[in-house]
Amino acid sequence: MPDTLLFALEASLNGLTAGVMYALVALGFVLIFKASGIFNFAQGVLALFAALTLVGFQSGQIPFSHLINAMLGTRLHHFGWNMPTVLAIPATVLVMIGLAILVERFILKHLVNQEPIILFMATIGLAYFLEGFGDIMWGAEVKALDVGLPKGMSSAVDEATFAWFGYGFYIDRLEIWAAGIAAVLVAVLTVFSQYTKQGRALRAVADDHQAALSVGISLRFIWVLTWSIAGIVALVAGIMWGSKSGVQFSLSLIALKALPVLILGGFTSIPGAIVGGLIIGVGEKLFDFFMNPIIGGATENWFAYMLALIFLLFRPQGLFGERIIERV
Amino acid sequence: MNGQGGTMLDTNPDEGYTTADGRKIGGIAMEMRNITLRFGGVVAIKDISFDIRWGEIRAIIGPNGAGKSSMLNVISGFYHPQDGEVIYKGYKRPRMRPYQVAQQGIARTFQNIALFEGMSVLDNIMTGRLHHMKANIFHQAIWWGRAAREEAENREQVEKIIDFLEIQHIRKTPVSRLPYGLKKRVELARALAAEPSILLLDEPMAGMNVEEKEDMCRFILDVNDEFGTTTVLIEHDMGVVMDLSDRVVVMDYGKKIGDGTPDEVRNNQEVINAYLGVAHD
Repeated sequence: MPDTLLFALEASLNGLTAGVMYALVALGFVLIFKASGIFNFAQGVLALFAALTLVGFQSGQIPFSHLINAMLGTRLHHFGWNMPTVLAIPATVLVMIGLAILVERFILKHLVNQEPIILFMATIGLAYFLEGFGDIMWGAEVKALDVGLPKGMSSAVDEATFAWFGYGFYIDRLEIWAAGIAAVLVAVLTVFSQYTKQGRALRAVADDHQAALSVGISLRFIWVLTWSIAGIVALVAGIMWGSKSGVQFSLSLIALKALPVLILGGFTSIPGAIVGGLIIGVGEKLFDFFMNPIIGGATENWFAYMLALIFLLFRPQGLFGERIIERV
Repeated sequence: MNGQGGTMLDTNPDEGYTTADGRKIGGIAMEMRNITLRFGGVVAIKDISFDIRWGEIRAIIGPNGAGKSSMLNVISGFYHPQDGEVIYKGYKRPRMRPYQVAQQGIARTFQNIALFEGMSVLDNIMTGRLHHMKANIFHQAIWWGRAAREEAENREQVEKIIDFLEIQHIRKTPVSRLPYGLKKRVELARALAAEPSILLLDEPMAGMNVEEKEDMCRFILDVNDEFGTTTVLIEHDMGVVMDLSDRVVVMDYGKKIGDGTPDEVRNNQEVINAYLGVAHD
């Protein structure tokens, strides 16, 4: 096999695993958009907040310690214990559910029947609030996140590909794990939404609020449920991205990478988020691989947006989105 | 009267009378007392009272804009009247949200069909059984024990209704692909799936052709016959109403102008005036 093809294949595989990470973030957007028609600008910050909370629990940090120290002149910083990951993750899940309840109580409840743009503005507000709140609660410094996922080159892939092609592929083990976990997550979400009472209620609310009320579904409960699930998906995304590049403010910017994924896959489709993520992941790696020598690099920064732009011209509803037909 | 500790009403489903065609009509299921509903300065319902008996088919008729749909929305909790009370099963109903009313056994259909367009017929009807499913969210999440068993039981009930309403052939079809008449039937199926104490039908035959109307008529009668479901319906088609219902409330400009059996209502001068108009000379 010629070298170029091998390198391209390696780049595509790396793209696939990177794409899964994009898809994870996009998934959170799709869940909330489907259930409530809200484009949740805060999804990226939700991932950051979840990761910060997880690290905080793991390292036994005292929440709001900077604030307390500044006000009372104390020197608090840590409780002095380390919480094992198996405890810290459920604890973080509880915090995300609590957050979902607060969001419903203080924001959504008061904005029922408002225009989507107003709800969108509210989520922008939430994003900024949460960003500052996370800083006050856990501090703004860059933190390392380690939940025990393996990292570094996968020697199994390296050896296998070396035996076949005489050239070992470099694939990060963390990304293989991320792909596996994402697959499980999507499978669980699919089974949940297709075959359970709550899942059916969730789809019903996504489809028609009035009809959902008439069969006895509480919209408020479903909203809390949706935001909780989106919070948990954000936690998974936060763990993956945080393990890869540290927990810091820039984590919230991955939300921007999810936008082109959504435009490709459609705002209302879970499979769309996955496929869109994969296409962008592979596309940007391959584009970089072939175009880099010609135009000199850094294409990964803008390739996704260019692809999204082209999509908007030809298929604005995305690959799997609901076709918008205006009947007159 | 505080309406809390039981009232003077006879609410026993077993006490009542038997109709000419042999159906049993029971005591009073629901009573509307002096209901007044305003939207800003517009009075949609003006001090209306009437009752609904167990097992009967009760129609609400009236010209366009008479306030019929508003009345149905008051019963189903979508609107809250400024004055008056709703007595259900002998007790005054507190202010409730629509989903709570539905959980109390009051199912409804809508004038402009409100189905879950993206879901299959089967899934739509299954949503009608949501509050018959008691397994908690953790069982649901891992799809185990009670959750799986309940799904099967409820599925059986739903299949019975599908058979009853003769919609087997479209079970798996997404609702958005169905013609209008069938959509109406699926909506009725979803309401029935809840095994409602009271079934509210908002213009079940609006926009249908003659054949579809006859089908719908037959289903409403069969449902009432087979399950003894108390039915409240709003309808424009006078012929249909007179054939179907046991008792009729007539509304005009938000007021009640007639209440009684179809024959009584037909001969009521006020009703004739409202429908045919009066000469002002």
